[in-house]
Amino acid sequence: MAIRVNGTEVDPPEDARVSLLDLLRERLQLTGTKVGCNQGACGACTVLLDGNRVLSCLTLAVQADGREVTTIEGLADGDGLHPLQAAFIEHDGFQCGYCTPGQICAASAMLREVTEGVPSYVTADLAEEHITLSREEIRERMSGNLCRCGAHNGIIDAILQVATEKAA
Amino acid sequence: MNPVTYQRASSLAEAVRLAESSQLLGGGTNLVDLMRKGVERPSQLTDVTALSAAIAATDDGRLVIGAAARNSAVAAHPLVRSRHPMLSRAILAGASAQVRNMATVGGNLMQRTRCLYFADVAGSRCNKRQPGSGCDAAGGFERYHAIIGASPACSATHPSDMCVALAALDADVRIVGPAGKRTVALVDFHRLPEDRPDQETALKQGEVIEAIEIPDAPFAARSDYRKVRDRASYAFALVSVASGLTLREGRIDEIRIAFGGIAPKPWRAYRAEAALRGVVPTAEAFKAAADLELAEATPLAGNAFKIALAKRTLAAVLTDLSGDDR
Ligand SMILES: Cc1cc2nc3c(=O)[nH]c(=O)nc-3n(C[C@H](O)[C@H](O)[C@H](O)COP(=O)(O)OP(=O)(O)OC[C@H]3O[C@@H](n4cnc5c(N)ncnc54)[C@H](O)[C@@H]3O)c2cc1C
Ligand code: FES
Ligand code: FES
Repeated sequence: MAIRVNGTEVDPPEDARVSLLDLLRERLQLTGTKVGCNQGACGACTVLLDGNRVLSCLTLAVQADGREVTTIEGLADGDGLHPLQAAFIEHDGFQCGYCTPGQICAASAMLREVTEGVPSYVTADLAEEHITLSREEIRERMSGNLCRCGAHNGIIDAILQVATEKAA
Repeated sequence: MNPVTYQRASSLAEAVRLAESSQLLGGGTNLVDLMRKGVERPSQLTDVTALSAAIAATDDGRLVIGAAARNSAVAAHPLVRSRHPMLSRAILAGASAQVRNMATVGGNLMQRTRCLYFADVAGSRCNKRQPGSGCDAAGGFERYHAIIGASPACSATHPSDMCVALAALDADVRIVGPAGKRTVALVDFHRLPEDRPDQETALKQGEVIEAIEIPDAPFAARSDYRKVRDRASYAFALVSVASGLTLREGRIDEIRIAFGGIAPKPWRAYRAEAALRGVVPTAEAFKAAADLELAEATPLAGNAFKIALAKRTLAAVLTDLSGDDR
């Protein structure tokens, strides 16, 4: 078997202790994915596994065997910017940029979850199938991604804009 | 981290065969972290995420959730959202979307405490990590520790939100081992610490959690979960409440209550339930029931605030659940 990373097949590591994060950064030189806490608390290492957002620091690379990994390098279409990347620039959704790849990977999956009607802790009526994406909803759904620079308001603006464009 | 081998179980029988000599791996959100910290030191891992993750209702209305179901899949399932909303809300109150996408139901049941002293291998004594070594939490940072059900040996809390809802929902845990299948009520699955805080659950060596089962009940459809924590999201509970109820002729008929964040296990509030059955729902009745439940609380110096917080949170949830707009 193999791990598909941004469309390319990669052998899983011999050593089962290697995290998906270390495989991406140290062995594949895909350094867009960042190491923050290495214990699940910050979201800097967020990637997509079979399209779902996960933490690559708490995923053993062998657990991804036979599955599809998408990193920030694989999200954009060639040299063009992903709509979220463009919106983050427009709304000052970052300062140092360290949390940004994780934020954008997380936001891309989050927007899909919303169109699928997945509720959050702040969704008033859990039985309701249609989610109205408010700032409060975005804050809750993005709470797994911390920004030490405090760019959260710009991040929410950027995500809201992309969500609104998608819906239009 | 110690060297470790990795294999995937493709059937329940294979998982049971491998469980004797290896540690099971769900999403890894707790185990991988604890291996890195040196708290857990398995030499063999058996990945059980290929086992049943199905979520389906039986003919008699019971909801069966495979142990490999991801926490996010349970929370988003239409049957859970409509019939057991407190379970959806409890799961959604926990961790982050990324962690919930990884975490399995089996792993959530088996997750270890978040006591800082338990995780601090190099610097702290811990009776749970190393039986008989002592407890550095006592007299230390006690904010997240238990106010009820603890022992002198250990006052660590059980960190799960999901399990608090399962305790209130009368859920059962289906277990498979070398000797066959058995079922344990969720409320009996986790143990109180007494003098053996290292023995946390009813699961024996070599056993595998296969599924959980939740009966269908009217109180479950009228239910909710509220979590109070140090920040608005992505933090463990200081206090949480899962509850569901039905009303008949203006009085409480069926009621279930469980607390999180205050005890070494999901704390089913049987005394408060008994005090409220058949009673007109009023602020006074809620307060009396909460006082009764927490009468035997023995807080530590750093967490006495949790008694009042638990009582007020319970009152808020019950006020909401018994209101007309439900
Ligand atoms: C940053 C962070 C924040 C968090 N916040 C919260 C929170 O607010 N609320 C909350 O409730 N939780 C929270 N969690 C904890 C999270 O819910 C648990 O880590 C998760 O549920 C564990 O599931 P898993 O599948 O990843 O388990 P794993 O880490 O894979 O395994 C945990 C344990 O379960 C055992 N196990 C797994 N499957 C089985 C099985 N089928 N049968 C028997 N044993 C099994 C394993 O052997 C291991 O001992 C948080 C976690 C992190 C990292
Ligand atoms: S590096 Fe993975 S969550 Fe912080
Ligand atoms: S932009 Fe610096 S951490 Fe977020």
